[in-house]
Amino acid sequence: MAIHLEHYLIVGAILFGIGLYLALAKRNFIGVLMGIEMMFNACNLTFIAFSRFVQSNDPLAGHVFVVFTITVSAAEAAVALALAVMVYRTRDTIDVDQIDLLKW
Amino acid sequence: MDSTGVEIAFWVLAVMTIGSALAVVVVRNMIHAVVALISTFAGVAGLYVTLSADFIAITQILIYIGAISILFLFAIVLTPQSGRTNQESFMRFPALALCALVSSLLIYVALDADWTSRGAAGFPETASVIGQLLLDKYALPFEIASALLLVAVVGSIVLVSPESAEED
Repeated sequence: MAIHLEHYLIVGAILFGIGLYLALAKRNFIGVLMGIEMMFNACNLTFIAFSRFVQSNDPLAGHVFVVFTITVSAAEAAVALALAVMVYRTRDTIDVDQIDLLKW
Repeated sequence: MDSTGVEIAFWVLAVMTIGSALAVVVVRNMIHAVVALISTFAGVAGLYVTLSADFIAITQILIYIGAISILFLFAIVLTPQSGRTNQESFMRFPALALCALVSSLLIYVALDADWTSRGAAGFPETASVIGQLLLDKYALPFEIASALLLVAVVGSIVLVSPESAEED
């Protein structure tokens, strides 16, 4: 059985689901960020798989898009982890259930 | 996609990726979770190689394994007490149901849709073509990305600098 596009899409979908679970259910803010990075990875894998297998006029546009996605996710990780350190300094916790200063 | 070597590589890498992603969820120590996350990133980089995306695979190893994982490790060791636990909140069962729903929906769409296949072999070269596209067709997004990186670097330095901590 050869490997087709669907195999990669299924791996991407499962990875996206695990990342979504981490982002929604983890109490630790850093765990939430790990889930977000995992979702970025799942989307990138899907882009590359489509770029490899699906007919298009511009076959490497998916690769270029993934370069931009990686840039944005690196910027996001830098800012968000700085925020985590900052919140820990001021509130002595990064438990997202306890960071409820803006809760109405 | 014909050789059995690529097939074996795909299955090994897929199991490695999904297994270590599950380990990130299950493991209690955050340092161990980062190690499992690195294994996930490495598995995805290997999957890129099986898709003949060599430039993206190297970028993945450099940025995710080299930079972002180190950022995670620094964030964990800079947040001592609460950085050690990896518990779920009270939303774990609704979150589990939602994630199972999203995953199964995505898998259903992936299997149901009729993708027009390219049918060709892998790309002859990727890095030079990506470089030309970045400086020619996608020059404006490229510049915007550089501005975004500058803003992110300045923003994170300002956030964690000692001066901003003293003001509070």
